[in-house]
Amino acid sequence: MSYHVDEKGFYGNFGGAYIPEMLYPNVEELRQNYLKITAEPSFKKEFMSLLVDYVGRPTPLYFAERLSKEYNTKIYLKREDLCHTGAHKVNNTIGQILVAKKLGKTRIIAETGAGQHGVATATVCALMGLECIVYMGEVDIKRQAPNVARMKMLGAEVRPASSGSKTLKDATNEAIRDWINNPENTYYIIGSVVGPHPYPDMVARFQAIISEEIKQQLQEKEGRENPDYVVACVGGGSNAAGAFYHFLDEKDVTIIAVEAAGLGVDSGESAATSALGKIGIIHGSKTLLMQSPDGQITEPYSISAGLDYPGVGPMHAHLFESKRAEFISITDAEAMDWGIKLSKTEGIIPAIESAHAFAILDKKQFKPTDVVVINLSGRGDKDLNTYIDYFKL
Amino acid sequence: MNRINQKLQEDKKLLSIYFSAGYPNLNDTVQIIQDLEKSGVDMIEIGLPFSDPLADGPTIQASSTQALQNGMTTKLLFEQLENIRETVKIPLIIMGYFNPMLQYGIEEFCKKCSEIGVDGLIIPDLPVAIYAENYKTTFEKYGLINVFLITPQTSNDRIQFIDSVSNGFIYMVSSASVTGSQSGFGSSQEAYFKRIADMNLNNPQIIGFGISDKTTFNQATQFAKGAIIGSAFIKNLTENGVGNISKFVSAII
Repeated sequence: MSYHVDEKGFYGNFGGAYIPEMLYPNVEELRQNYLKITAEPSFKKEFMSLLVDYVGRPTPLYFAERLSKEYNTKIYLKREDLCHTGAHKVNNTIGQILVAKKLGKTRIIAETGAGQHGVATATVCALMGLECIVYMGEVDIKRQAPNVARMKMLGAEVRPASSGSKTLKDATNEAIRDWINNPENTYYIIGSVVGPHPYPDMVARFQAIISEEIKQQLQEKEGRENPDYVVACVGGGSNAAGAFYHFLDEKDVTIIAVEAAGLGVDSGESAATSALGKIGIIHGSKTLLMQSPDGQITEPYSISAGLDYPGVGPMHAHLFESKRAEFISITDAEAMDWGIKLSKTEGIIPAIESAHAFAILDKKQFKPTDVVVINLSGRGDKDLNTYIDYFKL
Repeated sequence: MNRINQKLQEDKKLLSIYFSAGYPNLNDTVQIIQDLEKSGVDMIEIGLPFSDPLADGPTIQASSTQALQNGMTTKLLFEQLENIRETVKIPLIIMGYFNPMLQYGIEEFCKKCSEIGVDGLIIPDLPVAIYAENYKTTFEKYGLINVFLITPQTSNDRIQFIDSVSNGFIYMVSSASVTGSQSGFGSSQEAYFKRIADMNLNNPQIIGFGISDKTTFNQATQFAKGAIIGSAFIKNLTENGVGNISKFVSAII
């Protein structure tokens, strides 16, 4: 079975491009060109040199000694939290802005939930001197004031999305509407492995640098390229797509995708799409999504804004359905406790999204010889207010 | 013969009106349809509300959100339309996004439309290629016409392909925009209307997006078989309620 996209843009039953005709010319232009552009030596050279000199790659693969001792197994952390701007998101925005430039686009739009992708987009727009407009739900603008300020400092215009539930899915709708209204000069930088084909595949390819490095680094440290387990949190799923990418066809690697259970999978306040979702169409992609029996998209909940998306990328839907990946959901409380635990055990304050991934250490049994790689997708600076409120720090 | 094809044969310019089912009030659907027909409208697009209407501007979004809050569902819309053919003769089209139809079940959805006497569907986020490969047979089995959109950016080759898959009319989006976002047409739009008219397609074209009054209706129908009014009609419902429909229509035709 293939876990990669097919020539029609599908991962098994999921994916495709369910888009209004107004978007067709732009999405088709991208579909026809993305592989060609990203395969050009000049593109590869510029992409890699920015990842090295600007983002700070390769990010370390850190052997977490104290955690490993406690859980009696070998735990490695892939330190995406050390990327410029604080998370893996920038790997993708660097790649996409180079594609946008090759396509001759002059105006960049993006959606953002917690603001991480918005900041990563504003950053690369500043770097390239391109106009940048970031759509963000009105509710999120209030919740994430520091990231709104960062985007403004970087020269981006933050436009509030005031339709629907005023959060990430609505910001995405507004960005798509902007693209419909500006079909000639505008490029839409999507922040995750979601949206119409070719976005999920393109974003996964840009994030695949994560697993490419893991392979090289494990070879050096353990004398083998493949871990026994690779673990990542999944909202839309871009950090997970990157961490899993080069292990998808390696049968000896167990892939664990960690979703946000919110207050509990059955609480009605959850973002565990694999458990609660049904196949449907969201933002141009056929995938698993949380919806009413009538097909209206419902609002998910998680304490972590980055996992608070009602769908999941089509690649992950396929990994779930084909059972290639094991999906585990982790509650707010479990994730928050791991925010403290990782800080105190290893001296690393994780993003709440990433803290979800660590909580599987309490859910699974590992052998002393197992190599477990956990993708530490982002740092916790942006979540300080949430940590302060939650723990009364 | 399908009512849409019959209507397209009439020697006149057609006015089609869009409204969101369940707006302004949950049970206004049948009354609005009947009043539109009485007022002389040629065709009606009944909007099936969706939580995330990507191709729509603020007016239709807001009416869709309100309709959902009022309690509109696919099942309820079909119940409201159950006996519509006892009183209404003009073509009825359901316009909606694909996900609610997918959840209802495409075969079931088409069957229900056919039983009620709905003549066609407009599904903006169901691309023509996916339709042709997976759903065309089902739609045709139930005698439903599926209407596709073209825009000023649609290439001639693609327009030819869309024409070949269509069996009613082509919905010509007047400009690169979501619904309800402009007023009046400029020379570039007229050039586009003329370019399409000159292609002599098999399917007649009806222009939508940006038609709001008599002037824009007349401008559009110089080049096409008809025109569709959506946002402007919904604004009128919001401001003047359902009692004002005949006045709104008579100001246009």
